[in-house]
Amino acid sequence: MTASDAHLQVRDLSVHRGSVEVLDIAEIDIPRGQVTVVIGPNGCGKSTLLGALQLVLHPTRGELLLDGEPMSANPVRTRRRMSAAFQEPLLLSMSVQSNVELPLRLRGVDRDQRRGAAELWLERFGVAHLADRHARQLSGGEAQRVSLARAFASQPEVMLLDEPFAGVDAPTRAGLIADFAQILSVTRPTTVLVTHDRDEALRLGDYAVLLIDGRVRQTGEPLDIFDHPLDREVAEFVGMDNVIERSRWPWPIAASDGGYVCVRSEQLSLSRGSGAVVRKVELIGPMVSVSVDVDGVLLAAQVSRPQWSALGVGVGDEVAVCADAEAIHIIAAEQGTPT
Amino acid sequence: MELIWDGIREAARLWWAGDAQIIEITLRTLAISSAATALALVVGIPLGAVLALRRFWGRGLLVASVNTGMGMPPVVIGLLVALVLWRSGPLGGLDQIYTPTAMVIAQLLLSLPMVVGFSLASIQSINPRLIGQMWAMGANRWQVLWLLIRETRLGLLAAVMAGFGGAISEVGASLQVGGNLAGETRVLTTAMVLETGRGNFEVAIALGVVLVVLAFAVNLILTAVQQRRFIT
Repeated sequence: MTASDAHLQVRDLSVHRGSVEVLDIAEIDIPRGQVTVVIGPNGCGKSTLLGALQLVLHPTRGELLLDGEPMSANPVRTRRRMSAAFQEPLLLSMSVQSNVELPLRLRGVDRDQRRGAAELWLERFGVAHLADRHARQLSGGEAQRVSLARAFASQPEVMLLDEPFAGVDAPTRAGLIADFAQILSVTRPTTVLVTHDRDEALRLGDYAVLLIDGRVRQTGEPLDIFDHPLDREVAEFVGMDNVIERSRWPWPIAASDGGYVCVRSEQLSLSRGSGAVVRKVELIGPMVSVSVDVDGVLLAAQVSRPQWSALGVGVGDEVAVCADAEAIHIIAAEQGTPT
Repeated sequence: MELIWDGIREAARLWWAGDAQIIEITLRTLAISSAATALALVVGIPLGAVLALRRFWGRGLLVASVNTGMGMPPVVIGLLVALVLWRSGPLGGLDQIYTPTAMVIAQLLLSLPMVVGFSLASIQSINPRLIGQMWAMGANRWQVLWLLIRETRLGLLAAVMAGFGGAISEVGASLQVGGNLAGETRVLTTAMVLETGRGNFEVAIALGVVLVVLAFAVNLILTAVQQRRFIT
């Protein structure tokens, strides 16, 4: 992506809380009409970045550009080109219909148009039957649907979303994400979605920005980041349970000094044989997490319960461990240059 | 006891007969206290919002002043307004001492701290993220204030009740800056003081009943609005 494709641009942004710098971003380009997921562990600065994009935080330095123009030149006008939804639905104390109409009312849109837009978006999010209900009478899932309908109703160029699916229960969440993905595929606003959920990032994201300790550590397609992390911390965040120093990796591997070998636990297979000793076994839902010792190196593997039963081994027994060469990712000694 | 019953009977008779003087005093009382409360709301709610939402040097001092003002004796306010509006005072040239305007100013200063204090407490109780959402929806400064007033209307109605109650029931300041001039600055409370002093208890009781009924009616309406569960 070139800078000219970018709808939103972040340049040399720094945000402090007291004397602590919580965000230090050299550059981010948010592509137009795509979903950019901002991912990273808790406290990495994801929500702070979103707050800066909403112009509700005061950066210590830096520039935020929308279509190449400084966003802070006219904050109200800039915000009126955007919408936001958060983990909490944050509905006002009024009817559902009035809540969805509110952003349009603030923009001076006439009553008929407001009504029409609210009805359309409530319908699209499957909550049209709740239009006359008071916001306080909604369940968590219903309120979040109304909140998203409100965000879409003003047909924003840019949608800023901070973990909007995190506060609802699992079945509600699955339905809500499905509806949201379908609506996004039609409307295609430039969307910035903050999430700590890897599945959500992979499902919804076209482009990803990974933050750790307030700094951008990797950008690119979400799947590429998940499969090819650039450094150890990124590898750990994207769920590589085995990040082993290359010198300690128990099997032969392309000769090079330093760096790490990474493999997901579910991509290590166990079979009857020798070479590894079972050290620990944990049942995790339908899966079994097994810790095996290979020449003094502890590796995590994951197998299904039937597979584990078929192996017929326990703690202290020997097993054979095998990793598919394609599943292995190597991080070079110098961070930022994966092999 | 008989004195009281005689007073109540006389009060009922005066009301039944539509006593012009009582009606005139009642209307003036309502006009002055309503004007003072309205001005206190216009100034007090934005001030309460600023104190609730902004952090600036001297904020703590201002909040402490507001809290002190809520318990300020009316005679002290009356004295201050009288000193300022007195013919030789800083605003003496305006020639407003012993006028309804002076009484509005005194009652405004009495009810303002209550309106600011109640507004501050109500707005501070709002989820700060909801305020962030108001900005995110594209609201400008005045629209955010409007939405805040809407969201905190229960607390703000309490502010209106406290402000109006404080204004209509005070007597010291109204006497000091209004002078209790018949047909000009006489209100229910000052007229009661005068009639009690003269021993005209039946008239004083009639005025007292009007004052209580008036305060009750206004609060009844405000309470009815406040307690409507879902105002859309």
